[in-house]
Amino acid sequence: MSTQVSLEERFQARIDAEQKIEPKDWMPEAYRKTLIRQISQHAHSEVVGMLPEGNWITRAPSLRRKVALLAKVQDEAGHGLYLYSAAETLGISREELYNELLSGKAKYSSIFNYPTLTWADMGAVGWLVDGAAIMNQVALCKCSYGPYARAMVRVCKEESFHQRQGFEILLTLSKGTPEQRAMCQDAINRWWWPSMMMFGPNDSDSPHSAQSMRWKIKRYSNDTLRQKFVDMAAEQIRVLNMTLPDPDLRWNEERGHYDFGPIDWNEFNEVLKGNGPCNRERLAARRKAWEEGAWVREAAMAHAAKRQQQSVQSH
Amino acid sequence: MANHSEFPLWEVFIRSHGGLNHKHAGSLHAADAQMALEHARDVYTRRMEGVSIWVVPSAAITASDPADTDPFFEPAKDKIYRHPTFYDIPEGLKHM
Repeated sequence: MSTQVSLEERFQARIDAEQKIEPKDWMPEAYRKTLIRQISQHAHSEVVGMLPEGNWITRAPSLRRKVALLAKVQDEAGHGLYLYSAAETLGISREELYNELLSGKAKYSSIFNYPTLTWADMGAVGWLVDGAAIMNQVALCKCSYGPYARAMVRVCKEESFHQRQGFEILLTLSKGTPEQRAMCQDAINRWWWPSMMMFGPNDSDSPHSAQSMRWKIKRYSNDTLRQKFVDMAAEQIRVLNMTLPDPDLRWNEERGHYDFGPIDWNEFNEVLKGNGPCNRERLAARRKAWEEGAWVREAAMAHAAKRQQQSVQSH
Repeated sequence: MANHSEFPLWEVFIRSHGGLNHKHAGSLHAADAQMALEHARDVYTRRMEGVSIWVVPSAAITASDPADTDPFFEPAKDKIYRHPTFYDIPEGLKHM
């Protein structure tokens, strides 16, 4: 018992001294489990996150828009890979992780259970959803677990174009016909609140937050990051000449921040429970891709075995 | 006395300090992984250049062919839209 206590004390002392934890270092089981849960949820979110945008690749309005969207979805596949690999350093296999997603046991970001109804959604997703994700991910670059932090540095670097391409789409629509302007505002209206929910429950309702902060897995609280996001978006929306769908949104001189209205946590919880507009569709799409890709995986293994046999024979 | 040329070759990767990636530092010959680690320490970290070492049998590394460099990396060459500077953002737009 006393050895356990001293191990945990030494571990916490390393964290407090801003040292990174690496795969071979001793770590409390709860730290390992928390990271596996968080990193795999993050990985699943990248992979499922390809679906709402993949929906518009073939219908992009120009070649310029199409290559940009394609590049973004390709990045998301790559980010899923970096994250799964980081999770695997904690002693869980890719197969286990993937099974947890396909069986519905694992969670992914609730935002991807909303539909992308019009082309303007590609702009709103880029600006708001990626904007919120980047805010979370920049904070994670300083996470105490080395492989996760390093994966985040790479992800943030690559994602720097994602939000810009989204904003560019909205800006173009905002200068277009009345129909295009309406489409732009409608997409912002539908994506604003779900994006606000991406930061998770309020600090007072987030039971694991305090421990994650002590372990420096999280560096900023949910509400701190959400406020940062609001302050950013409330300024940027003016460039679009559009509005955010929150009648309570206003600058608070005293706080030095924008105030904003209450979030519908009931909706958030329903989507998390599986009752969002697209939960079933998203999982069905991932399962279909996995099952219909089985022959490709088998063929690749057979081809590798054949090549190995040929190289043995030629030596 | 053993002929050192018969020792297999190992590639050495060093983490210079906590939080950074291991980076390739060089190679050496050693009879086994343990000897390779100790030699890597003695050769590559004499001045505290590292806090962690990986050694990998050179034979286990598959490398791209230098003669194919151009065609191999060609697919990324014309994809300027993967960079943020490709997109037009108004001046004065903050935090993006």
